[in-house]
Amino acid sequence: MIPLSWYLTFAAALFSIGLFGALSRRNMVAILLGVELMLNAVNVNLVAFWRYGDVAQMAGQVFAIIVFAVAAAEVAVGLALVISVYRRHNTVIAEELDLMKW
Amino acid sequence: MNFWNDPLKVAAEWLEGVFVGWGMNEIASHVLVVFLGVFLLVLILMVIDIFLVWIERKVVARFQDRIGPNRLGPFGLVQPFADIIKLIIKEDTTPDGADKVVYNLAPVLSMMSVLMVWAVVPIAPVMLSVDLNVGALFLIATGAIGTLSIIMAGWSSNNKFALIGGFRQVAIMVAFEVPMLATLMIPTIFSGSMNMNAIITAQDGLWFFVLSPLGALIFLIAAIAELGRAPFDLAEGESELVAGYSTEYSGMKFGMFYAGELLHALTFGGIWSILFFGGYRFFGLEQVSPFLAILIFLAKALLGYWVIMWVKYTMLRIRIDQMLVFNWVFLTPLAFALMLVTALMNALLKDASPWLYGLGMFLSNVVVGWIAIEIARSVSRKEREKVEGVHQVAEAHH
Amino acid sequence: MTTEQIIFLIVAGATLASGLLVVTSRNLIHAALWLVATLFGVAIVYTLLNAGFMAVVQVVVYIGAIAILFIFAVMLTRKDMRDSGAQLNSNWWAGALMAVLTFGGLFAMLRTWGGMSKTAAEIPAGFDQIAELGAQLTSPEAYVLPFEVASVLLLAAMVGAVYLAFNKK
Repeated sequence: MIPLSWYLTFAAALFSIGLFGALSRRNMVAILLGVELMLNAVNVNLVAFWRYGDVAQMAGQVFAIIVFAVAAAEVAVGLALVISVYRRHNTVIAEELDLMKW
Repeated sequence: MNFWNDPLKVAAEWLEGVFVGWGMNEIASHVLVVFLGVFLLVLILMVIDIFLVWIERKVVARFQDRIGPNRLGPFGLVQPFADIIKLIIKEDTTPDGADKVVYNLAPVLSMMSVLMVWAVVPIAPVMLSVDLNVGALFLIATGAIGTLSIIMAGWSSNNKFALIGGFRQVAIMVAFEVPMLATLMIPTIFSGSMNMNAIITAQDGLWFFVLSPLGALIFLIAAIAELGRAPFDLAEGESELVAGYSTEYSGMKFGMFYAGELLHALTFGGIWSILFFGGYRFFGLEQVSPFLAILIFLAKALLGYWVIMWVKYTMLRIRIDQMLVFNWVFLTPLAFALMLVTALMNALLKDASPWLYGLGMFLSNVVVGWIAIEIARSVSRKEREKVEGVHQVAEAHH
Repeated sequence: MTTEQIIFLIVAGATLASGLLVVTSRNLIHAALWLVATLFGVAIVYTLLNAGFMAVVQVVVYIGAIAILFIFAVMLTRKDMRDSGAQLNSNWWAGALMAVLTFGGLFAMLRTWGGMSKTAAEIPAGFDQIAELGAQLTSPEAYVLPFEVASVLLLAAMVGAVYLAFNKK
């Protein structure tokens, strides 16, 4: 049997990798890729806590499903924003979008 | 328990016994037997696949008033083997600037996505690889891998035609997955389970086709679109895109795409028969022997495959924008409306007699279909008036 | 070490490795394809957690929709798809430090927490996860409100995405 710690460590590692991607990539699509990894790590945690807690309480899975919905919404809007920005400014590099910076 | 009632289990237990007898530990022998089972299933599917090439060529020949392959062997039955030898000895080319790993992985994934579906397909009452409780969803999940393989093939070929073909096919697959998922929910509502075996068992009295003919029709249309066959074969519109995403593939790699497509068509025929035509059931004949059940299932799957071929060889290819509009504006709302109506009727008629239940379901399907066709008709009439002018339409009626 | 543990270690290792490749690949298409591999690994982890439904939904939603959307977006913003130039910004070391600190902090915190070595109870025989999940998602005593809010969120996202990406001519 796998102890809970393994899943949580795995999720923490995946989250940190995603965090690194979201903080250090220049391309906006790549930043969103990092955010996806972080959301997945959270989901692993939610499902792991469901499995190791009271199985009859489905809260973990329910919120994992809601995270799925949020991730889908985030990607749809995020990528639409990226494409819209690309059309107007011809770039997807986050640093080059300094229109609001004085 | 004897061999004729449950051949797979008896054979598996015997094999495990043999392996343990050879001094293997129990888990390892179990894993080995499972691997052998998977290998056997894939082997049988590939052999069927070889003959599908022959069937396809014969059937299209008949539709086009030809004879088809008839030189090699009786009825040209050896022809597919000659085809395979030809494919294998052809030069295996990789285009310049192609992304090699992705390029070579795509045909494998394409084939894999089809073979994976068979993991949840019950081919006889006791023959089922995995008794998954989310079997119907698993079907869509494997479709996702197929979509991925196509976009990989289109992108890695480093060819404009391949990329456009890949884009089109992916747009189609993503779009038509929605009505397919909605109609998959209809057998799920009737049987109360997403398990394939439970869906078949629930079709005890009536096939779900009788309860939901419209659902079966929408599923078939979505399945044909997923397959990328005519009238939805825009990905390989020869006159505009050469061969779509498979343009740059040669030899056996193209063969994998081709074989995958044929097997996919048979698979969808089988899934269609499971969801709406009772799968391996045929008036209790399936109880006689599992082997007979396999034959019944195969016959139904081939019948579904034949319907798909029939559509393919009698319809014209439509334009990509027409097709996506057809999906998003007509098919998807219709599928959702049908799903809602079915769920509502199911809740209303839950305690009614089976006859009333069946009749209510059938009538609600007819009503939904009729309303949809009336709306489509009035919209398309307006559209035509806008394009051609009122007078011309009026004249055409005389 | 049991078979299950070995499987978990292999899957987790492969998932984390492909996760690292997602954030370090120069070619964005490759990054997106590695994301697919990572998502697949997470789906296997769900299966190990006896959450088969979640695994299948993960493949349908993430690989079938989200990953495909990513690949499309990378291709539609093609100019920056080339691998020239730095892929990481000038503050990448700070990002890396943050990530390492986050992992270290979480790990240290988890080490001192008592529930870590907990093992899972057997799932009671005859317990129908999917039926229970469906019932709780639609029951007013349980999670019908979050469920409905999620559907409103999806609708809003759909409208927003269509509006943003619509090419006004």
